[in-house]
Order: sequence, then structure tokens, then C-alpha cells
Amino acid sequence: MRHRAPHRPGCLPDSGRTQRPMIQLRKVTKRYPSGQEALSGVSLRLDAGAMAFLTGHSGAGKSTLLRLIALLERPTRGRLVVNGHELETLPRRRVPHFRRQIGLVFQDHHLLADRSVFDNVALPLAIQAYRQPEIARRVRAALDKVGLLHKERAAPDTLSSGEQQRVGIARAVVHKPAILLADEPTGNLDPELSREIMDLFVQFNQVGTTVLVASHDLDLISRLGKPLVRLHEGRLQRETAGSAA
Amino acid sequence: MKSPRRRSRNPTMHARLQAFGVHHARALLFSLGKLTQAPFSTLLTLMVIAVAITLPALLYLMLANLQQAAPAWERETRLSAFVADAVTDTELPDLAARLARREDVAATESIPRAQALEEFRAHSGLGDALDLLEENPLPAVILVEPAPDARDPEALRALANALEAHPSISQVQLDMEWVQRLGALLQTLDRLVDLLALLLGLGVVLVVGNTVRLDIHNRRREIEVAKLVGATDAFIRRPFLYGGIWMGLGGGLLALLTLAVLHGSLSGPVQTLARAYGGGFVLRGLQPAEALALLGTAAALGLAGAWVSVFFHIREIEPR
Repeated sequence: MRHRAPHRPGCLPDSGRTQRPMIQLRKVTKRYPSGQEALSGVSLRLDAGAMAFLTGHSGAGKSTLLRLIALLERPTRGRLVVNGHELETLPRRRVPHFRRQIGLVFQDHHLLADRSVFDNVALPLAIQAYRQPEIARRVRAALDKVGLLHKERAAPDTLSSGEQQRVGIARAVVHKPAILLADEPTGNLDPELSREIMDLFVQFNQVGTTVLVASHDLDLISRLGKPLVRLHEGRLQRETAGSAA
Repeated sequence: MKSPRRRSRNPTMHARLQAFGVHHARALLFSLGKLTQAPFSTLLTLMVIAVAITLPALLYLMLANLQQAAPAWERETRLSAFVADAVTDTELPDLAARLARREDVAATESIPRAQALEEFRAHSGLGDALDLLEENPLPAVILVEPAPDARDPEALRALANALEAHPSISQVQLDMEWVQRLGALLQTLDRLVDLLALLLGLGVVLVVGNTVRLDIHNRRREIEVAKLVGATDAFIRRPFLYGGIWMGLGGGLLALLTLAVLHGSLSGPVQTLARAYGGGFVLRGLQPAEALALLGTAAALGLAGAWVSVFFHIREIEPR
């Protein structure tokens, strides 16, 4: 599934634009049973083909925001529309199909230790019943993209953390999702590796994928010339530092 | 949708069926592979299932063999018709022949009073006491062998009543108690087999259910990741359900093997026993259709066990 929207970086605190919104939040609040309010009335819009960074201190609500978009959690209040899907009314049985439109990258890569790199990356295709030759073609293309084609038979545990993260990214993009969400993807990596990872996200955005990356590494992300969305204690701060577009 | 969208797969019926087939074939192989990865624990589970299946199957076979032997015993069923004193020894064969012509009688045998006395003397050990009696106290007897289709308790009762109504016959003795007891015993055993099969079947469901529950627990991360990338519950369920079927089938095969070994080691002694009783009894094993039914039942029980676990435990796993 590929979306060919023009990749002009249209983003940010919601304003009435004409481009197709890919991610749209309206006054979204998330309160956990503990009483802690992770997000308070957040409104946000990310157009198809855009890329933005989500930043703020840990505990500011970055992860919660990404989890709401991927429907790993449901908001307490407010409205979310993602790739044309009204999340509030999306029935439980449609959730798996909805998630296939999203690629997720985590700080701790979530790889399965008992399967090879190839099989880990193949998982999103296997659950969609792709045929084996097609799976092999796409998995190798994704691994090639992150520079790990020669490691396809390796076990994830034998890779460095930077390589593991790249395998996680390959798995997130192998089924060509419309949206790529990443939660602190460089959290465990040194600056050099972090820059390589961020470059990958920029490259995926250049071929049309809508990308939203949560990161607190301001030094790194401010150099990439993409809009920043800053969260502070669950609220959005209207700031677009580094937006060169 | 406003933006042009190209789907890589066309969700036509054919493609869906194909996807369905691909999913099932993969789940089938994958689950089999999982079981062979831990051969020791798999074998242990299979053995537990096999024992649970072998027990009721064994009882069932015992019962089937008893029922097979029962008609031979019923052939021994005879009625003793005590002839009235008025009938002389010369009239006796004629009376016996007339009774033999009845439709519900296969054959008759007449025992005159003197012969009855001889037999009594020989078997009872009361010979000396008999000598003290001045005359033979025993009546003549006609042994009546009922026709094959008149050997059930009601027919026997009816025959006894009809004979008793005959003017030349004073009394009919029908030793039916043991026939009834045998029938009741077989019925009880039949019920027992059913109940035991039910209980042990439940045992198989629980064993498979528990094994699958542990398996789900051990593969929690895998399930979470699969859900994260958009796996449906059905997709995640499938390998576990096939795993349950495999376990049931494996346990069933092991049970068949056990039964075959038991049959092999028992049929010799049983034959000797049967020969000692002068019968041509052959110990009966499971028929092919029964073996198939056993395998089918075992697979169904395995599936049921897996289903119970999967139903309760997969839904609640959500990606973190």
C-alpha cells in the first residue's frame, strides 16, 4: 500500500489546510486509571507525506501520543482520525487491519530472539498471507535498504544494538505502511549510529511515507530541517523550531 | 479515498481463499515444527493423552469381547420341564417330540425317572440316602432348548408359561437369573465405559488446554509483536489450534499402539483359556473403523482443549 501524496512537509498545530491529513487529533485527552493525565487536549495534524518530530522530556506524553495513533490505547476524550479511519468508532475486529497501515519502531526493537533476522522482518507479510517468493523479495529489499542484507540468516541476539534497531526498522517498513511511527528509536545508540537511523527515516519520508518520530535528542533532530512538535506535561507547545520548509 | 491508492492484492474471493489456504498450511506446519522442537515435553504430553484414551478404549474392548462371548453362553440356556407323574416312560419320548415341534423350541431331550435318579445319585453324593427311599421321588424331565430367536428373557418367560400350561407338565424351571444378571452386568459396564470415556475425555481436554496455555504464556512476546504488526486473533489462534489437533492425534496414535501391544500379549492366554472351556473364542481387537473413530475423537478433544485455552488467553494479550 503506497500513498503518493506530494511530500511537502505540511504539519503541525491544526490549521485548515487543503492537503489530505494523514494523522489528525482533536482535543485528545488520555487519563490513565491511576489518575495521571498523560495528554491534555492535544490537537495535531500531520498531512500525508509529511514528516515531523515529537519532542519533550520523558513523561511529557510522547509515547502515549504514538500509542494512541497506533491504537495500542484508546483516548479518554477527543477525536482521532488516522489515514481516513475514525478511531473512536473502529470496531475491535478491524484493529489488526488498521495496524497494517502503520509501521512501528520502538526503542527496544521488539525482535523475536528465536527467529532469524529474515523471519523477524517477514512477520508483517506472513500475517497478510503473502506468498513466499514475494515475502523473500520484499524482505531482502527492506534489509538491503537498512544495509543488513548480509545478516538475514543471523539471530537477532548476535547483532549490535544499532543493527538490531535497523532490523526493527526494516520490519516496520517491509509492508510499505502509509505511516511510520518511531518512539525514541535512537535511545540506546551513540551519536554516529543515531544519525544513520534518522537518515533512514528521512529517506522513507522522501518516498512518500508519513513519518512521526518521538525523540528527545534535540541536537540531532534540529539539524534535519523537519518540523518539531513539542510536548510539555501532556500539553502541546506551539513551536516549530528547525522547520526549514 | 481521495488519494490514488494501489492495492497490491485484489481481495477477490479467489485471492481470499488462497490466503486462507496459505494461512492454514503455514499454521499446520509451524505448529508441527513447534512440537518437534521440544520432543521430550511433547512426548510426555502425548503419553498422558494416550493413557487417558487407552483406558476407556480398553474397557470398551473388554465389553465388546464379553458381548461377543455372551451368545455362546446363552446357547446353554435350557428349560427343565418336570413331567406329570401320569405320563409313563413309554409316552415320554412322544411328548418330547411334540414339544420339539413348537416354533420357539429348537430341540428337546427326555430324561426318564430312572435316569434322573441315576444322575442325581452320581452328582449329589446322596446315594446312600436315596437307597433308604422305597420309590424314586424324582419326576421325569424334558430338557427344552429354546429356538435361537427365543432366547431373550421375555421370550423365555413366555415359553416357560406356555409349557407350564401343558396338561402333561407339572412344573417348569427356568434358570434365568444368571442370564438376567449377565445382561445387567453388561449394561452396567456399558454405562461405566461411557462415563469413564467422558471423564477421561475431559482429562484430555484439560491436559491439552493446560499445555496450550503454557505455550501461549511462553510465546507471549511473539503474540504481542504479531498483534503489533497487525495480526488478527484468528491468525494467532491458528497454530495453537493445530497444535491441539496434533497433540490429540499423536496421543490417539500412541493409544492405538498401546492397545495393539496389549491385544498381542493377551490373545495367546485368552485362546488357551477359551480352549480350556471348549470354545472357539478369539480375542477381538479394534476394528479399522473403530480405530479411525478413536483418532478422530482424540483430534477433536485436542482441538477442544486448545480452543478453550486460546479463547481465554489470546484475547487478553495486548501489545505494550
